[in-house]
Amino acid sequence: MTIQDFIQIILFFTLLIGLTPILGNFMYKVFTGSKHFMLPAFGWLERLTYKSSGINPDEETNWKSYTFNLLMFNLVGFIFVFLIQLFQAQLPLNPANLPNVSWHSAFNTSVSFMTNTNWQGYAGETTLSYFVQMIGLAVQNFVSAATGIAVLLALVRGLARKTTDQLGNFWTDLTRSTLHVLLPLSILFAVVLVGQGVVQNFKTYDTVQTLQGATQVIPQGPAASQIAIKQLGTNGGGFFNANSAHPFENPTPFSNLLELLAILLIPAALTYTYGKMVGSTRQGWTIFAAMLILLVVGLSISLYAEYSTNPIFGKLPLMEGKETRFGITNSVLWSTSTSAASNGSVNAMHDSLSPLAGMVAMINLMLGEVIFGGVGAGLYGMVIFVILTVFIAGLMVGRTPEYLGKKIQKFEVQMAIIAVLAPNIVILLFAAWASVSSPGLSSLNNAGPHGLSEILYAFSSAAGNNGSAFAGLNANTVFYNLTLGFGMLIGRFGIIVPVLAIAGSMAGKKITPSSAGTFHTDNWLFIGLLIAVILIVGGLTHFPALSLGPIVEHLQMNNGITF
Amino acid sequence: MKSLFISLKIFLFFTVVTGVIYPLFVTGIAQIAMPAKANGSLILKNNKIIGSELIGQRFDSVIYFSSRPSAISYNPLPSGGSNFGLTNTKLKNSVDTLKKQFIVFNQLDSNTTIPSEMVFASASGLDPHISQKAALFQVDRIARARNLSPDNKQRIIQCVKTITEAPQFLLLGEERVNVLVLNLELDKIDVNATKN
Repeated sequence: MTIQDFIQIILFFTLLIGLTPILGNFMYKVFTGSKHFMLPAFGWLERLTYKSSGINPDEETNWKSYTFNLLMFNLVGFIFVFLIQLFQAQLPLNPANLPNVSWHSAFNTSVSFMTNTNWQGYAGETTLSYFVQMIGLAVQNFVSAATGIAVLLALVRGLARKTTDQLGNFWTDLTRSTLHVLLPLSILFAVVLVGQGVVQNFKTYDTVQTLQGATQVIPQGPAASQIAIKQLGTNGGGFFNANSAHPFENPTPFSNLLELLAILLIPAALTYTYGKMVGSTRQGWTIFAAMLILLVVGLSISLYAEYSTNPIFGKLPLMEGKETRFGITNSVLWSTSTSAASNGSVNAMHDSLSPLAGMVAMINLMLGEVIFGGVGAGLYGMVIFVILTVFIAGLMVGRTPEYLGKKIQKFEVQMAIIAVLAPNIVILLFAAWASVSSPGLSSLNNAGPHGLSEILYAFSSAAGNNGSAFAGLNANTVFYNLTLGFGMLIGRFGIIVPVLAIAGSMAGKKITPSSAGTFHTDNWLFIGLLIAVILIVGGLTHFPALSLGPIVEHLQMNNGITF
Repeated sequence: MKSLFISLKIFLFFTVVTGVIYPLFVTGIAQIAMPAKANGSLILKNNKIIGSELIGQRFDSVIYFSSRPSAISYNPLPSGGSNFGLTNTKLKNSVDTLKKQFIVFNQLDSNTTIPSEMVFASASGLDPHISQKAALFQVDRIARARNLSPDNKQRIIQCVKTITEAPQFLLLGEERVNVLVLNLELDKIDVNATKN
């Protein structure tokens, strides 16, 4: 690594830390309904939304209605995206004349975009029309991210309020997140991306004679508008198959820096918003610090692995599946961030990463996507771990566990355990099934332990709603489209429903004023405990599988063994 | 039922706002302010599109600078990499073969350390760039193939250096040379270029 590599990494983290309170404070204003500078531009649109949809923005609901509205809204989105794929050949804006999508692929894709996973079993440029990409997928990019924020807001209200059953209004939370946060940022970002060379048009694909006289078909489309939101909304579903490695999605190192920043920006800023909303920014920074530490540790291991030499390739820099303009450092910075943030876009092929760097990405998925995580989702997932940490710490010192002045009792711990187990069950059971069944094994692109890694990564990605892949695995089969589809559903709603139940239960509790005996959740001791709980839960659950996949592959690579 | 109706209405509303108006608005700005970039940074030669500055092309002719290996042979439908893991025998074999090929093709000394991007396939399969080092390794071979005067060969070396892009803002990303742009310049220097 050169000094320039380190400067780029430091620049990235400086920007991330610097922007967190700025955007976090803005979102605080948006979500609490205060005045903010976007209101003149988008306030009328918000009022129009309420009016046209028959919503009373001041009406609040309990956790059950909040959950029901959320599920209903997601169901509508799922059915719509499913149907337009089945009939895309009959629908407009299909200049490449792409045929209708198979039912199982359409099922997988619509689940994938509804759950903010954006796993892609298909290749964009050869499967989906501009119509489906825009009207179907781009819309889900917005609203699935907004759904994540809505769940978080309900949880925060549950923690901050006392003796009530009102958690807010799902429609209002959805609307404000979409119109005041995601939409303006996306417009700005999309225009900047076009300036770097990202395409934005409705042309048919260009067929050209290359300089050497061959024929090349250059795909086109409204890519920039979709890439902006797929990065900001931690969606990650690429317009083109190669995702952010494609020169039309990510043409320059500057576009790369911005897209990288966009992956973590909102999840990071939400920790500040969270702190403001529960009445102590220290609480927010505590969670931010735990996330940042886990991210930096993962990044360091990945960089070490990628810059190490091995007997198979000697001193050759490992450029397989990487782009010249980004080089190794920017590829690894991306692979660590995108897997931590449940974004899932890639600017290098994760399948070709060195075993340990691939494992770091996989661990980020397996820890439950809480290292910044998805928009909203990462933070509510982290609060689940906070509850567990407080509970375990309470057991250790023999005191009733409390968080933010509220007692953590049986119901909350039960729900927290369900939320932690749901994705892990998907990873372990489905991956086990795939690795012993012929439809599971016939999709592999690599033999030996790396083959197991491909399967393990796929289900971790689905369960964590991440969407990145060891893309050699051919996932566009009935088996994988269905298992991964159900995995994504369990990984999404198996957490959202328990989280909202916790929110409902916490809202009804009294707040005990802090005293000398209060266990503080805003100091370094707590950061250490929280990280330990996350690592123990993730480590104990997944270490056996990891040792058969990437760990053994690493050892064999260092002995020069290939498969 | 109320929830279903609101869901349908608000979904329709957001579909119009974020699925129609948003992309059209961005397209409008892009097409007015930056049409060349929004349409794919296409390069014209004799009034015909010969490619995009951003999309790599396959170059294996002896008279052109070669581009990187590509798992998709530079056919963008669809883009992608090899997805080979580092312990995959196919990857090891492919790297060994490409190393030998590069040395033989460019008549280099057999101990030459080949820049790694020339033996590893890119992520997109459409990487338009190679390193300056990889370009300079190819100059002798091209000069021989095109029967260039020493003067013109010097101009080509100069040209590689001019076209080399430094890291953006001298900080971001890697130093790189755009192969298509370089080969176009090459044809300009050697005006009598014979098409293969």
